[in-house]
Amino acid sequence: MTIAAKANALWEYANPRKFLAASERALPFFWTSAGLCLFVGLIWGFFLTPDDYKQGSTVKIIYLHVPAALMAINCWLMMLVTSLVWLVRRHHVSALAARAAAPVGIVMTLVALATGAIWGQPMWGTWWAWDPRLTSFLILFLFYLGYVALWEAIEDPDTAADLTSVLCLVGSVFAILSRYAVNFWNQGLHQGASVLRAGAITGTDTDEKVSNIFFYPLLLCIIGFVLLFVALVLYRTGTEIRARRIRTLLARERVGG
Amino acid sequence: MIALLLRDLKLAFRAGGGFGLGLAFFLIVTVLVPFSVGPQSSLLSTIAPGVLWLGALLACLLSLDRLLALDWEDGSLDLLATSPLPLEAAVTIKALAHWLTTGLPLVLAAPVLGVLLHLPAQGYVWLFLSLLIGTPAMSVIGTFGAALTVGLKRGGLLLSLLVLPLYVPTLIFGAEVARRGATGMDVQTPLLMLAGITAATIALLPFASAAVLRINLR
Repeated sequence: MTIAAKANALWEYANPRKFLAASERALPFFWTSAGLCLFVGLIWGFFLTPDDYKQGSTVKIIYLHVPAALMAINCWLMMLVTSLVWLVRRHHVSALAARAAAPVGIVMTLVALATGAIWGQPMWGTWWAWDPRLTSFLILFLFYLGYVALWEAIEDPDTAADLTSVLCLVGSVFAILSRYAVNFWNQGLHQGASVLRAGAITGTDTDEKVSNIFFYPLLLCIIGFVLLFVALVLYRTGTEIRARRIRTLLARERVGG
Repeated sequence: MIALLLRDLKLAFRAGGGFGLGLAFFLIVTVLVPFSVGPQSSLLSTIAPGVLWLGALLACLLSLDRLLALDWEDGSLDLLATSPLPLEAAVTIKALAHWLTTGLPLVLAAPVLGVLLHLPAQGYVWLFLSLLIGTPAMSVIGTFGAALTVGLKRGGLLLSLLVLPLYVPTLIFGAEVARRGATGMDVQTPLLMLAGITAATIALLPFASAAVLRINLR
């Protein structure tokens, strides 16, 4: 199969019926593999890795904190892509997937903020600091809230999809702007990127990074969170499609009867 | 375009409401601050730049829901959309009218209110300049928010929820200019960033505002 044909094959799932059939087949796989990865990853991470020599056992919260934070950002990225697809190609499944993903993103953002606060209390001596990374996440949370509120406020589904898509595009630009503005505004306590870095892999990087003992269970947890996210979004998109169908059926019944 | 601008300005002046209301709100917020944090002049002069920026921002936010709602109700927005004038231009004019009637008075009033909060003498010029550069961005971003929520019955609160996160970069850089100016530090970097944000929003956001307005008028 050529690449062009494969790319065409992807658009087939813009058909809600095909999407539902395919996602129903794929969902059990995603649920079980996510469960398996998280089960093994978390047990490995929590019970089978040594305590950090400086941070003690509190370091183990990274197995929840880092994957949640990653998914919080990637969820917005996914919403951006699906919003663009909706605006350009008008596939309803795409708009509904963005709608389905937003609450998942909110929960991931909250988990990242909460686990960060729980870890920060013994380590930094404070639940909250106006650190650039923390502040950016709080702002991201506000963007999610506005996005979901706009979806809820508009009755006509196509208008809602259009408006939220534009908001997602504009919001993305402003979210990135805020990230840099916040960086400029205050220097931070939070450590820099230290899980995956080009220099860290080739060994040229002597800066602090997460050691391999902690890295493998963390990787497993990240994979587990990605699978869990995919499963949740597929499941919720299916729910949205069915809700839309019920609405249509009810409307038809009202007109017919 | 000039006719539309004059019409909007006349409406704002004659109908009252937005014009004086924003200023009065700004005054009240500024007066309430010493009541809530105490009258020590050293504390007040430290927080004065930030409080004045926040007050101006909230006063601007307050007037946003009237920006397009009245034209939406009486149908003149439909006329604008079908007129030969591009909707992007009409939206820009709307934002300009909002700035002239709300933003500019706030900019002019801010130094006077600075006296109430014991703003250090060297800070006045930077407060004035940063608000002068920053308030157009607030009007343009606010127009986008107003265009998003124009068709909604209870859009006021939602409008604030949507617009406030978009105000974050403007507020950070604007208040930073005013704060650095008040303490005699170098203001060039935040001032340039603030000017960049304003220029970029004026150049790009009217297209988004016009797009969402077309969706809402559909």
